[in-house]
Amino acid sequence: MINRRDALTRVSLILGGTIIGAEAFLTGCKPAAPALSTIEFTDNNVSFLDEVGETILPTTASSPGAKAAEIGAFMKIMVTDCYEADDQKIFLEGIGQLNEEAKTAAGKDFMLLSAEEKKELLISLDAAAKTHEESKEEGAKSHYFTMMKQLTLWGYFSSEIGATQALRYVETPGRYDGCAPYEKGQKAWAL
Amino acid sequence: MAENEFDAIVVGSGISGGWAAKELCEKGLKVIMLERGKNVEHVKDYVNAIKGPWEFAHRGTRTQKMIEEYPVLKRDYPLNEKNLDWWASDKDCPYTEIKRFDWFRGYQVGGRSLLWGRQSYRIGDIDFEANAKEGIAVDWPIRYKDIKPWYDYVERFAGISGSKEGLPQLPDGEFLPPMELNCVEKDVAARIKKHYGGSRHLIIGRAAHVTAPIEGRGICQYRNKCWLGCPFGAYFSTQSSTLPAAVKTGNLTLRPHSIVTQVLYDKDTKKATGVEVLDAETNQTYVYKAKVIFLNASTINTTWILMNSATDIWPEGLGSSSGELGHNLMDHHLGVRASGWVEGYEDKYYFGRRANGFYIPRFRNLFGDKRNYLRGFGYQGRASRESWSREIAEYSIGAEFKEALTEPGRWTIGMGGFGEILPYHENKVTLDKTKTDKWGLNVVAIDCELKENELNMRKDMLTDGMEMLEAAGVKDVSGYDGDGTPGRGIHEMGTARMGRDPKTSVLNKWNQMWDAKNVYVTDGSFMTSAACQNPSLTYMAFTARAADHAVSELKKMNL
Repeated sequence: MINRRDALTRVSLILGGTIIGAEAFLTGCKPAAPALSTIEFTDNNVSFLDEVGETILPTTASSPGAKAAEIGAFMKIMVTDCYEADDQKIFLEGIGQLNEEAKTAAGKDFMLLSAEEKKELLISLDAAAKTHEESKEEGAKSHYFTMMKQLTLWGYFSSEIGATQALRYVETPGRYDGCAPYEKGQKAWAL
Repeated sequence: MAENEFDAIVVGSGISGGWAAKELCEKGLKVIMLERGKNVEHVKDYVNAIKGPWEFAHRGTRTQKMIEEYPVLKRDYPLNEKNLDWWASDKDCPYTEIKRFDWFRGYQVGGRSLLWGRQSYRIGDIDFEANAKEGIAVDWPIRYKDIKPWYDYVERFAGISGSKEGLPQLPDGEFLPPMELNCVEKDVAARIKKHYGGSRHLIIGRAAHVTAPIEGRGICQYRNKCWLGCPFGAYFSTQSSTLPAAVKTGNLTLRPHSIVTQVLYDKDTKKATGVEVLDAETNQTYVYKAKVIFLNASTINTTWILMNSATDIWPEGLGSSSGELGHNLMDHHLGVRASGWVEGYEDKYYFGRRANGFYIPRFRNLFGDKRNYLRGFGYQGRASRESWSREIAEYSIGAEFKEALTEPGRWTIGMGGFGEILPYHENKVTLDKTKTDKWGLNVVAIDCELKENELNMRKDMLTDGMEMLEAAGVKDVSGYDGDGTPGRGIHEMGTARMGRDPKTSVLNKWNQMWDAKNVYVTDGSFMTSAACQNPSLTYMAFTARAADHAVSELKKMNL
């Protein structure tokens, strides 16, 4: 059985080799801490995450960005339903921490930064997150920005906008060509 | 005929049960097929088959609630949002793990035929002779020539795509046109062939997908959403293939929600008279009578039924007179992988989603090669271009990052080993009388582990896999020995093995029980050894052969 055994690899490749919230998927038997029952995202949180997502994957000439794909709502669902309690905590606190980073760096709330300032901030956060993932001890928790970026990529490219506009999606290909010509600039297949 | 009386009872509706029902019905028997789970109607019940990935709330992945509810299924890929309904409930149907055994079950009409990987390989005389030559367990009671016509027969009906290769370790079959290797796979195949002087082969997987017209079936549309059910009926399942054939005869009765709790046995005639059924919805008990019974409940569950049967005569159950019932549990050991990336081919891509990969047939301990372990392994894998789930060196955020991710990345290639597990008497299934399931039935206890032979094999699996990729020019080859826990191959086999001697086996050479000749067992439990090939095609062939035997014996009044 081939395809079934590839399912994990595809998503786990995103940043750091782990799907956050699904460790049990990889390690087999590790007991999962129950999800927080009290976790709550506010509308403001969702708007905030929309902006984070849009900064990571913005609208470009060729396709709408992560905000159009409702990335904030996606992150809310995934963190609420799929994350373990301690990851949920890191993620939710991360929203506040990211805003603090904005204030420290530019003296303003993240939502008030210009697109360019947001990008600059997230580039530095991305570098910090990568350092964290590379240097952390085995089993230690991921950086909140790793979570946000992973969810943004996953949520966007598997959304209808991402799959059909940023990528190419053919519901029923009808045939297989294992040696098709490819020209630089052509989009990748969504699946 | 009384309402609860049939000519034949088939217990289970998966790959082998579907075949038993079709063959017996087509030969004119009135058949009832009993399935413990719910009905799944072909196409109509494939509710997720045409959804886009964005139509799943969690994009297909597992939630914490699912992880909590499925303590076994969560251990590997099967726990997912898209076809959760087709995996058995771990909570309703617990079992005991004396040693860890990952048991992934499909309890519905069609069983795991809806979910299987569709890889379809024959086993040949190298496999049939191995036990006898090496003094392992017992000899298979048949040889390849006995089963070859039945492989031919089931392949023609099931529709197996593949290429003829002329390899003694992997007999060719009656194939539909093969699927295509992609250009990187073809090149890697050529380099492996050259490097190893033609002794190792990378071929397209032989898979139960229709690639040329077969009556009643659609041709594969390269959607690769098989495990959601195929609206085209293009892969072999009970629903797409054997069930419609059985229904067409007018001889089939299908009864879902029917947990068979025991085979009823008459000690005077030394034959089974029928089965007892617990209705999974109403908890009512029913008796069904028949002249012949086929057990196809899947290896461990068939064994469980037998252990609950005729206990007044044999305390360990029907078929236990040899002392082998429940023993010799096998699977294939997985989890060793090798992968890397391939330079070049930037101007090549593929079109369509091929639900199949390449196969590297066994090469160890063959043709003079001799290792520090017995038997061997094959690899399955694929080459593809990286998707959006990759790092982009120059960018981490923003428009350039996004645009880069919308294009395919480098070519990568990866493969995993499928290794043979020897039949060990001490790898076994027993009844756990201290624990019950949702219906108050005792559960099974599984006690199974890999031993030295398998662990030594895994070392070769890892180094050989990496070496072959390196020999083929693959870059940055990495490998790892991952989780090889038994059960994860989802190829349970061997707990009611065939043999030549009633003292050391449960079934004779026709899959008939030595202890009850009108009971045939044709799911994976009959396997005397596991070989390293995916086993489902072998179950199909043995089932068709056994059904032919059963009907001929019935006509001769021998049953």
